[in-house]
Amino acid sequence: MTETDAREAPSDAGEADRDARETHGDPRETRWAALMRAANAGDEASYGRLLREIAPVLRAFARRALARGGRGADADAEDAVQDTLLAIHLKRATWDEARPFGPWMRAVARHKVIDLARRRGRDAARVATATIDDLADILPAPAPDLRAGTDLARHLDALPPRQREAVRAITLDGLSVREAAARLGVGEGAVRVSLHRSLKALARRFADDD
Amino acid sequence: MTERSRTPGDTEALIRALGASGGRVPALARPGPRLALGLAGGAFVSLLVFLAVLGPRPELGSALFEPRVIFKLVVALALGAAAAVAARLLAQPEGYGRLRPLALGVGLLVVAGVAAELAVVPASDWAARAVGTNAVACLVSIPLLALAPLAALLAALKGAAPARPRVAGLAAGLAAGAVGALLYASHCQDDSPLFVALWYGLAVAATGAAGAAAGTRLLRW
Repeated sequence: MTETDAREAPSDAGEADRDARETHGDPRETRWAALMRAANAGDEASYGRLLREIAPVLRAFARRALARGGRGADADAEDAVQDTLLAIHLKRATWDEARPFGPWMRAVARHKVIDLARRRGRDAARVATATIDDLADILPAPAPDLRAGTDLARHLDALPPRQREAVRAITLDGLSVREAAARLGVGEGAVRVSLHRSLKALARRFADDD
Repeated sequence: MTERSRTPGDTEALIRALGASGGRVPALARPGPRLALGLAGGAFVSLLVFLAVLGPRPELGSALFEPRVIFKLVVALALGAAAAVAARLLAQPEGYGRLRPLALGVGLLVVAGVAAELAVVPASDWAARAVGTNAVACLVSIPLLALAPLAALLAALKGAAPARPRVAGLAAGLAAGAVGALLYASHCQDDSPLFVALWYGLAVAATGAAGAAAGTRLLRW
């Protein structure tokens, strides 16, 4: 299989069943859809809650898929989780709110997991077949022990000063947008713009780093 | 195998950053409106180029009543509409959108036109009509007139999340080629479906291939 073919594995009949179940209400995914709708209307709290709820599920999903492609999957799985969360954020406008959230989220996760597998020299074709698995069967995997974000700090250093300070205030110091704006002496809008630009740059760096 | 470069503690930090940068998704950020705007804007630019460089054929008004001219325009419109819809579906990460039904439908239309022409025209004329008088102009003009719409559609797709970049690019190329074909058809005086199937077909296939190649490179996310 060529690289692009690895991503083009067609839907099977089981996926139609799963989509039907999701339309009629897998309660977890219905809740996520409601949170995402609230987030798209500007509700920051809902957005944070959604991301924290789906991260463990994405983690288990990534581990299972990447395990098919060779050894040492857990290490790569965390990177896949970050890639997926970033992609979910940057591409959230592509989720049609009238459609189920689960298939969209799974599609984004699948795309990023296969992409990472290919970049890290794993068997992307085998990973691609694994990711047709049903999200509903996957038990969430808790985060590994948290350590200081040394690598994020390294990525931060590559950002322009204004963006770096905004992102550092929010990610490492845990400030809210308002508090960060006050500390930096700029408007909240400027902080959001800095955040947005740095997240896009981060996505590029995550891909280029491999 | 390259080494991983990121730590788990970063995930929580990342979530904080993402959470703080959420916010309203404007309607214009969605793939549908962006693609529509891209197609319309690109087509408008091509229209200006067309009017400046080629211009409509003489007596276009009366030509529009001729069955062969109608056929040319209908095929171009059908291809453009179907490819644009396909591009919209292909913009999704869920991977909706199939190009084969589109290819089949438009293909059948073209085959019907060709069959009708072969039935109506004496065999001695077939080759001359197929080769036509302006094949080179057709092969050059259609891709050139497709450039602006293709660039605009690719830019719109770049902001979306196409599951299959190459196929999405192909759909964009075909839609753009259809715009070029529609414009060129109002200038070109080779009306035979044999000519259209051969030379317009080649030109649109070329823009499709260009779109697919561009898609593979540009539409990663």
